[in-house]
Amino acid sequence: MAMLKVKDIQVYYGMIQALKGISFEINEGEVVALIGANGAGKTTTLHTITGLLRAGKGKISFMGEDITDTPAHKIVKMGMAHVPEGRRVFAELSVYENLKLGAYINKDKEETQKTLEKIYERFPRLEERKKQLAGTLSGGEQQMLAIGRALMSKPKLIVMDEPSMGLSPQFVDEIFRIIEDIRKEGMTVLVVEQNAKKALKTADRAYVLETGNIILSGDARDLLNDESVRKAYLGE
Amino acid sequence: MSFVYYLINGISLGSIYAIIALGYTMVYGIAKMLNFAHGDIIMVGAYAVLNMTIYAGANPWVAILVSIAVCTLLGVIIEKIAYKPLRNAASSLAVLITAIGMSYLLQNLALLIFGADAKAFVNIIDVPSLVLFDGDLIISGTIIVTIVSCVLIMAGLTIFIKKTRQGQAMQAVSEDRGAAQLMGINVNGTISLTFAIGSGLAAIAGFLLCSAYPTITPYTGAMPGIKAFVAAVFGGIGSVPGAMLGGILLGIIEILSRAYITSQLSDAIVFAVLIIVLLVRPTGILGKNIREKV
Repeated sequence: MAMLKVKDIQVYYGMIQALKGISFEINEGEVVALIGANGAGKTTTLHTITGLLRAGKGKISFMGEDITDTPAHKIVKMGMAHVPEGRRVFAELSVYENLKLGAYINKDKEETQKTLEKIYERFPRLEERKKQLAGTLSGGEQQMLAIGRALMSKPKLIVMDEPSMGLSPQFVDEIFRIIEDIRKEGMTVLVVEQNAKKALKTADRAYVLETGNIILSGDARDLLNDESVRKAYLGE
Repeated sequence: MSFVYYLINGISLGSIYAIIALGYTMVYGIAKMLNFAHGDIIMVGAYAVLNMTIYAGANPWVAILVSIAVCTLLGVIIEKIAYKPLRNAASSLAVLITAIGMSYLLQNLALLIFGADAKAFVNIIDVPSLVLFDGDLIISGTIIVTIVSCVLIMAGLTIFIKKTRQGQAMQAVSEDRGAAQLMGINVNGTISLTFAIGSGLAAIAGFLLCSAYPTITPYTGAMPGIKAFVAAVFGGIGSVPGAMLGGILLGIIEILSRAYITSQLSDAIVFAVLIIVLLVRPTGILGKNIREKV
């Protein structure tokens, strides 16, 4: 059974239709990439899934439950974490406080502490800087913090919006390594990327979004070799 | 010695401004709105204490607790019925105008219920005065209670924001509402909690204000409300220590200019100082510089 099912969702910003009825599915344990140009509707899709935006029409279900009208803060409790575009760490709070907020839904202090230790193990850089304000971190470190913060909620599905945007090449590689690690630990990942090549290399399956419609979908490796994808998104 | 006396009086008045300013600044920081009805909550709190002690004969402590409960509830209800429906309104002016309307509504309701005549507020603070320097300096019990309350509130609030889950949620909402939701924080609940705390503090401020200046009318809260707003802007709106610092400085400036310059112009001097501070530091003394997002 699919973990996340998106069925024919349409989203409007005022009079402008951003999503023109898109459908897709994500199965447990998969890494799925959503690629497309600027303005194709990738971020809108993610925001609608995690509840920051409402779908005008269509249906979204997660783990068998209808979440189309569920507010964002309740969706987090169901096991979906969202790493937002531009990282959006709490700049005025310390690294430690940011991570603690990631586990806001879990009131069990001991468990949170254990999760925190695991995150520090994964990202030693965050432990070194735990007392530093998040706003003073470099872009790459902030991205790690944003991912670590999402992992603090122990999600089943982690949704990432442009995680490699604006990062130096070595951090970009690091981010995709992290995605692979996350998958190995049994989490499911939905990643939106402009870096289509990297995304397709890491993902199992992918969907190509263009002006509010899904125009292509399939095995990530096949898409990587697809003539039209190579032309439009890989710059070849 | 008279300078020290005025200074202490200024700190005392400033403590009241600071307690009110905390409500302004927290609501601004978290709900991103100026709640101009905040000052009138003070008046409601003061009437609640007055009616409980004089007409219902309640114990002063009970009266204060009831007054805090009434104001907390009132603040939460006002937010729910008047401000929440406008939260996603296209213009932030809508909620500002609603807040001003709410302020007039509270004043006129009080006028209807309690009448226009000034009522004497009976000071129920029963703390002995402190006599220092062979009677050269007498600090009244009311002043001691006011300053101590202010210090306790500030310390309590700082610990609450830094150390508790809800406090951290408040900071998260104040910084980035969307990202806070993604942490599983209920933004509506957090905003309600902020109004509850701010209004509860306003009740305490109302009680302290009327203990120091013992008359009460339906307009009692209006001027201190505006001054506290000035204090919050002065210190840097959105900042909790800023509200505290702004409030106390404002109180000192007001009392000293009343004592040494002229009492008629003391309010003018207070607002002039605000203008000068804002010219030099537009974000207030402890205000954060708004970073441009690239």
